[in-house]
Amino acid sequence: MKLTINGDSKEIKDGIVLSELLIIEDVEQPDMVSVQLNDEFLTKDTYATTALKEGDEINFLYFMGGGA
Amino acid sequence: MKEFSDEELERYSRHIILQDVGIEGQEKIANSKILVIGAGGLGSPVALYLAAAGVGEIGIVDGDVVDLSNLQRQVIHATADIGVPKVLSAKAKMEAINPNVKVTVYQKFLDASNILDIIKGYDFVIDGTDNFSAKFLINDACVLANVPYSHGGILRFGGQTMTIKPHESACYACVFDSPPPANAIPTCSSAGILGAVAGMLGTIQAAEALKYIVGVGEPLYNRLLTFDAKTMNFRNVNFKKNPKCRVCGGEGIKEIKDYEAVVCEAKL
Repeated sequence: MKLTINGDSKEIKDGIVLSELLIIEDVEQPDMVSVQLNDEFLTKDTYATTALKEGDEINFLYFMGGGA
Repeated sequence: MKEFSDEELERYSRHIILQDVGIEGQEKIANSKILVIGAGGLGSPVALYLAAAGVGEIGIVDGDVVDLSNLQRQVIHATADIGVPKVLSAKAKMEAINPNVKVTVYQKFLDASNILDIIKGYDFVIDGTDNFSAKFLINDACVLANVPYSHGGILRFGGQTMTIKPHESACYACVFDSPPPANAIPTCSSAGILGAVAGMLGTIQAAEALKYIVGVGEPLYNRLLTFDAKTMNFRNVNFKKNPKCRVCGGEGIKEIKDYEAVVCEAKL
């Protein structure tokens, strides 16, 4: 299925849930990102049950705590 | 209304001839009060540009002293300032650039006990801090006190920023909810930061502050601007205010409390 991940269109195998996509996309620590699926932010407890489908838009927004 | 002297008219002439700023915009800048939290990588360019722009009153908060390892990016401080409180070093440079600006220094770190008193009375706040407990504390306080602010974060070659108008646009917690667990996130002191990236992000924050004060353009409301200086790709991610946000949604927060200190304070 075709997904849009951080603005890029990607072909990803069908029938996966969000937590599996995190692994495929090398997001090593889910604590490091806020995940947006089709304009909605997901809570971490839903990653394992959120099924992805053709055309979904996913954004991984990384925590950046630096400034000094 | 402020009457500009001949010196000021010439000093600010490139603003005054700038369509959408003009003399009216420059008056708004001169009558504005902006608080810069952190006199480091982000706070340095912000404070320099806001002083140069003629912001009437600039507050600057930092409890630290200048360290040799700061100078690779914290461009408001000089080698001779090592050991000097950052707020005093910053104030001296800002006044040297523009003696018309009133600079108020707060030589301390913010916490739940002092933040509301400090941000009160400012028109806009800049988050130039280096840790999540401070970033979430600033978000809470700005939402509670209804003061617009600019969030900024940098790491390695990347940066992110958004502008928040409390109760109107999404806040930092709408997007990131709450601080990540300690040690989950690499920090500037442990992972490094390209010095110029701090300048890139800080000058975006300064521009956002000035846009807000003048009332021109489209602030970074309801979107996170991220960039990667390695590829020089810039990207906006759009979102909406979260009605269930624990800080600005529903009933929202009622009081300020400290977050557990996490990351970016790793001592070398």
